[in-house]
Parts: sequence; C-alpha cells; structure tokens
Amino acid sequence: MTNKSNIERHVMAVLVDNEPGVLARVVGLFSGRGYNIESLTVATVSEDESVSRINLVTSGTPMIIEQIKAQLERLVPIREVHDLTEEGPHVEHELTLVKITNAGAERREALRIADIFRARVVDTAVDSFVFSLTGSPVKIESFLELMRNLGDVEIARSGVVAIMRGEKRKRDA
Amino acid sequence: MSGAEMVIKALADQGVEVIFGYPGGAVLPLYDAIFKQNSVRHILVRHEQGAVHMAEGYARSTGKVGVVLVTSGPGATNAVTGLTDALMDSVPLICLTGQVPTHLIGNDAFQEADTTGITRPCTKHNYLVKDVDDLSAVMHEAFYVAASGRPGPVVIDLPKDVQFAEGEYFGPDEVTHRHYLPQTIGDPARIAEAVDLIAGAKKPIFYIGGGCVNAGPEACKAVSELVRMTGYPATTTLMGLGTIPSSLPQWLGMLGMHGTYEANLAMHGCDVMVAIGARFDDRVTGRIDAFSPDSKKIHIDIDPSSINKNVAVDVPIVGDVGEVVGQILDSWKNKDPKIDSKALEGWWKQIEEWRAVDCLRYEQGQAATDTIKPQYAIERLYELTKDRDAFITTEVGQHQMWAAQFYKFEKPNHWMTSGGLGTMGYGLPAAVGVQVGHPDALVVDIAGEGSTMMNIQELGTIAQYNLPVKIFIINNEWLGMVRQWQELLHGARYAESYSAGLPDFIKLAESYGMRGLRATQPDQVDDVIKQMLEIDGPVIVDMVVSKEENCFPMIPGGAAHNEIMLGLNDREEQTQSEDGMVLV
Ligand SMILES: Cc1ncc(C[n+]2csc(CCOP(=O)(O)OP(=O)(O)O)c2C)c(N)n1
Ligand SMILES: [Mg+2]
Repeated sequence: MTNKSNIERHVMAVLVDNEPGVLARVVGLFSGRGYNIESLTVATVSEDESVSRINLVTSGTPMIIEQIKAQLERLVPIREVHDLTEEGPHVEHELTLVKITNAGAERREALRIADIFRARVVDTAVDSFVFSLTGSPVKIESFLELMRNLGDVEIARSGVVAIMRGEKRKRDA
Repeated sequence: MSGAEMVIKALADQGVEVIFGYPGGAVLPLYDAIFKQNSVRHILVRHEQGAVHMAEGYARSTGKVGVVLVTSGPGATNAVTGLTDALMDSVPLICLTGQVPTHLIGNDAFQEADTTGITRPCTKHNYLVKDVDDLSAVMHEAFYVAASGRPGPVVIDLPKDVQFAEGEYFGPDEVTHRHYLPQTIGDPARIAEAVDLIAGAKKPIFYIGGGCVNAGPEACKAVSELVRMTGYPATTTLMGLGTIPSSLPQWLGMLGMHGTYEANLAMHGCDVMVAIGARFDDRVTGRIDAFSPDSKKIHIDIDPSSINKNVAVDVPIVGDVGEVVGQILDSWKNKDPKIDSKALEGWWKQIEEWRAVDCLRYEQGQAATDTIKPQYAIERLYELTKDRDAFITTEVGQHQMWAAQFYKFEKPNHWMTSGGLGTMGYGLPAAVGVQVGHPDALVVDIAGEGSTMMNIQELGTIAQYNLPVKIFIINNEWLGMVRQWQELLHGARYAESYSAGLPDFIKLAESYGMRGLRATQPDQVDDVIKQMLEIDGPVIVDMVVSKEENCFPMIPGGAAHNEIMLGLNDREEQTQSEDGMVLV
C-alpha cells in the first residue's frame, strides 16, 4: 500500500508547551508509529519562554501525513500543529557549518565557491577553513556537493527552520 | 497541607470513592494520608497489574474514572500491562506512582525506575510532579485529561519528598485547564452530507464500536434510536457490545475475526457504512485492501487520529457520539427523507439468507458420556442470568469469543473485556473492580483456565473483601485459542499450548474460604449455574468442557470478510495466504 511515488515531503511547525518531556513525546510518537523524521529542531520562541517551536521535516503518503498531524494534535502539551507545506508559501532556512581540510591546491577554489554562495569564513587554519552558510536546503546541498569535490569535509547542519511568508503571524510565536 | 494530603483531598474533590493499590516505600506518606481520612476507600490488591485491571473494570462499568496507587520501581513497572490495556481500550484511569525523592532521580536509586519514560507510550499523558505547588493543578488536570475526548490512562509520578512537602491546595474550580479541548460537536455540513448518504442507501449497515460505550448511556440510546428509526441493520464490535439492545431484530451480532457470517458479509457487501465510535481495527477489517470494497463510508469519532488511519473514509465527522448522532437525528427528523424501501427489502432478504446459515450452530449431546460444549455452558449461563442485569467480564481466548457470541446484552457498561491488547489475566481483577463499583450486582468472569492463572493471586483480594464474584472457568485444559491456531495454521503441532499443572480449582477456592463447583456432564450445567447463583459469596465454577472445540466463524489472518470460515469442513477450500501467516 505504501506506494513510493506518492511520498510527499512536508515541513511542519509545532508549537508546544515548553516543559520537560515534550520533545521525547514527539520523537517517541514518530519512532513508535514508524514515521520518518528528516530533520527536527526545537527552541523556545515566546517572550516568557512558555512556548517552544518544533520545526520538523517529515515524509509520507498523504494518509500518513494526515495521521502524523492528528497524532501530534492528540498530545496534551501540543498547542498548534501547522503543516507549512499545505498552508502556503513559506521560507525554509538551514544553517550549516562546513570544515574543509586537505584541499591542497583547491584552497582558493573553495574560497571562490564560498564567495559565490555567500558563505562566510568563520575560521581559517593552515590546512582548513570553516564556512558558515545559511539558506534553503537545496542551496546547502549544492554547496556541500561542490565542497566534497575539493577536499575532506566535516559537516554540521541545523536542520530546517521554516516560517510562513507574508503577514500571517502565528498566534503564540 | 502536605503533598500526600493534597493528593487524597484532590481525589475526594474529584468524587473518587475508591482506589485500588499496593503500598511500598515511595508511597508511605500517601498511605499515611489515606489512613487519616474516611472519604476515599482503599482496596488492597495482590499485584499491581491486578490493581489496574480492577480500576478498568470499575471505570467501564460505572462510567467514572478508575484510580490506582502503586509504589515506585517494581510497583510502577507491574502496572504497565494494565496501563497499555487501558490505552488500547480507551479506559479513563489515573495511576498514581510513587517515585524516589527528586534529588535522587537519575541516580539509580533503590526502586527507581524512569516511570514517566516507561509509561509515555502507554498512557494518554503523564506527569512527574517535582514541585508541591504544581500538585493540585496536575491532579485536577489529570482527571480532565483522562475523562475527556477519547478517554485514557494518565500517570502521575510523585517523588517522595513532594509527598512530604507543605504547600497550598487548590480545588478543581480554582485551576484552569490548558488548551486540550476535544471537538465534540460535528461539522453541520458533514452531518447534512451523512444524512443524505444514509437516506439514499440501498444496502446500508451501522458499524458500532466501543467509543459509543465510552460516550455514555445517553449516547448509546441515541445510537439505538438511529438504528430503530432507519430500520437498517447494525453490527457491533467486541468492545461495542451492549450499545444497542441485542434484542433489536436489526442487530446482526458481532463482526470481525470471530463475528457472525451475516455481520461480516453485510459489511463486505454494503453500499453505505456508518462507523460510529469504531476504529477499523485489523480484527474487524480482515484484509484491508479487500475490506468493504464498494461502500461509501461515514466515520464518527471523537479522535481525529482514528479517522483515515487504516481505511480511507468518505465522510469523516469528528465529535462526541452522543452529540453527533443527536445532530443526525435532528437533521433526519427535519428533512424527513424518503428511504429506498424497495432496495432495502432486497438487502434484508439477502441478510436473512445469510442469517439462515446459522453460523453459531453447535451440537450438544445430552448423554452422560457427552462432554460439555463451551458454547452450551455460556448459552446456559446467559439463559439463567439474563433477567439479573449481570455484569460480565472475560479473560482472553476462545472462551472470550464464545462469551461475545453467546452472552447477549441489552445495555452498555455490562460487558468488560480486553479487546485491543487482548490481555490474559484481565477478567478476574476486572470482575473485582466491577463488583466494588456494584456491590449488590451479579458479576461473572467468564474465564479460560489458562488466563485465570495469570492473575490468580487476586483471589486473595476477593477473599479479603468477601466480594461475591463468580469465576466461571471454561476449562478445556488447553490454551485453546493458541491450540486452534496451531491446528489450523501450523499443521496441528501443539507446541506448549497444553495447560499442564493446573490446580484443582475447587480445592483452590476452598483454600481461600470460597465455594468451588464443578460440572463435567451436560446435565450438570444448569444445576451448577443455579447453585452458583444461590451462593451469596464468591464462587469458582470449573466447567470441564470438550478440549478440541474450535471457535467459529473465523476470518483467518490476511483474509477478507467474504472468505470467512464456518467450520472445519471449510478448511480444505481455504488456505492461508503467506501474507496472512505473519499476521497475529
Ligand atoms: C498475557 C498474554 N499472553 C499470551 C497471550 C496469547 N494468548 C491468547 S489466547 C491464549 C490462550 C488462552 O487460554 P485460556 O485462558 O485457557 O482460554 P481458551 O482459549 O482455552 O478459552 C493465549 C496464550 C495473551 N493473549 N495474553
Ligand atoms: Mg483453555
């Protein structure tokens, strides 16, 4: 029944009470029911720190995506579940730190590419650079691919954070 | 007020009359608080699993929230099976667990377990209270969460220092709940759609589940009215038995793996299915891609995550069964739609043909050499108790299915069984809980000899409180349901399914100061049942039944409703698909 062709990627914003165990509830739900998590980030977003926002990217058939939302909404400390993919135009951003070593003759090339991508050099050593880049996951992917060709890379990625475009503002965030 | 006193005060303020528990080091302050008051009664169990099943039986039969109190570590882990059972069957429970003092949490302290971690997936919600100032709010919120929306078990983990700490208590009216607000009223547009679909049906069926029982007796009345008003056929799930009176001619019996032929074929062949408080569980649907292929489906449920989970439906209605069915009834009366009597006549004719197959038929010889058929024992139990408003609990296995097939219910809340988890050892403690909630009622646990041994220690609880529970053991000397599957699907290789080493149930009863009765021949069945009913106190009945009887009809795992087996003779034509073999 799980037809590969109708697997969709969805970006969700989940507003939760900032209390111990919420993240475990969410992650436990995904692992217990066999749903995918492509990335997940969490931080508090309200002035009084009572609300956290979980940004998560998941994938599944439309029926599974609907289930994920319904199951999330059932958790008591969850306030709102927003499926940004469904709700409309939104911006997705990710932060990545890339360390490239052993680039040898390609050190200059690495700098040049970083410049094109507007990545910042945050650390330089004799044999390495650390670049910081923010942008859409697609942009980051292409940057990483180019870097991998130039030397040994170590990558730290934040996972996607996303927000709706325009005037609509989330109630609590 | 100390934290422990607050807990007990909160229970009293929530209307709790009785709790089921077992003491230990981490709950001593709570027991001290119990000792000093009279409003909440405590029933001392013999094992924490028993406590949870008792609370389940109490909750399901009274409609109230069941409350459990256990100590930390092993007390809490022993409760896990019961909590999972309650989650699967949507039973509202509060389970108070003791915990090591807050400063020791995480240190592998004596009798420490990560209770909130362990119970997170088997509760509707859980709390660890680290500050006595949060305690009142948590207690009251827990009751709200357990009982509202789709009910379920809630654990409150109480470190010992919090039980000792002094703080201020707030009553239920002084705390505000969070944003957990289940939707109870159905979307009017969907209601209108549903009414049109129901009215236009040519081959309709109501598929009624345990959610109706959870929605309360009034909701069940509304469902019955809808069934009566339309005149359409209706089937109930294992958990939904009693929602509509079984005496209604439109009732086709239970559906699913061991449901009736007519119910399953009507589900398969219908053109409009109205699912009410049911969740399209795999025991009900059989092979999912062959499930009721030609029907439009309406699904009423309080839990949005139950809708479109296993089966895609055409008209989803999120809401409380009582509210939504009430809306449908109102709209129906307003519109006064014309139903397709001619088509319905044909449908009923078809159903009557299926009914005529008489799928629950069995043969009981009456000679002294004949063995008692389990079906007969249960049917006689029903006939001799049907006027006594009896409460029935069951264990898990063949006897459970026969009880569901042969014991008939006119009202909800009288049938307590472990449906979702299928927990052997549920029935005996559940019967205790029912009896505590209804001291004067007739409470019968229809049991298997295997399951009975799983929580047999609760005989001690029955003896201590002299609860007049009747334990009616359908003793086939086998883990019958396992034996049946081995016979049908594993070449009759009976690996480890014989109930060896059984006690003499009569002597066992007597050793607890109870009465024990036994029947071994068909002509003793009525006498034994009558004697059992005459005895005021607890009784164990050892119904020695035929060992090889199988439970039919049966939809083998991975088969569709219309591939239902009526009996062993059907076997040649039916072969288990490979996909089906892996299913449980
Ligand atoms: C706790 C638990 N362990 C195992 C099972 C698997 N199981 C299902 S039915 C059954 C046999 C039950 O035997 P008995 O109580 O004698 O009932 P019978 O089927 O013979 O009527 C078993 C072992 C279960 N349901 N629950
Ligand atoms: Mg048995």
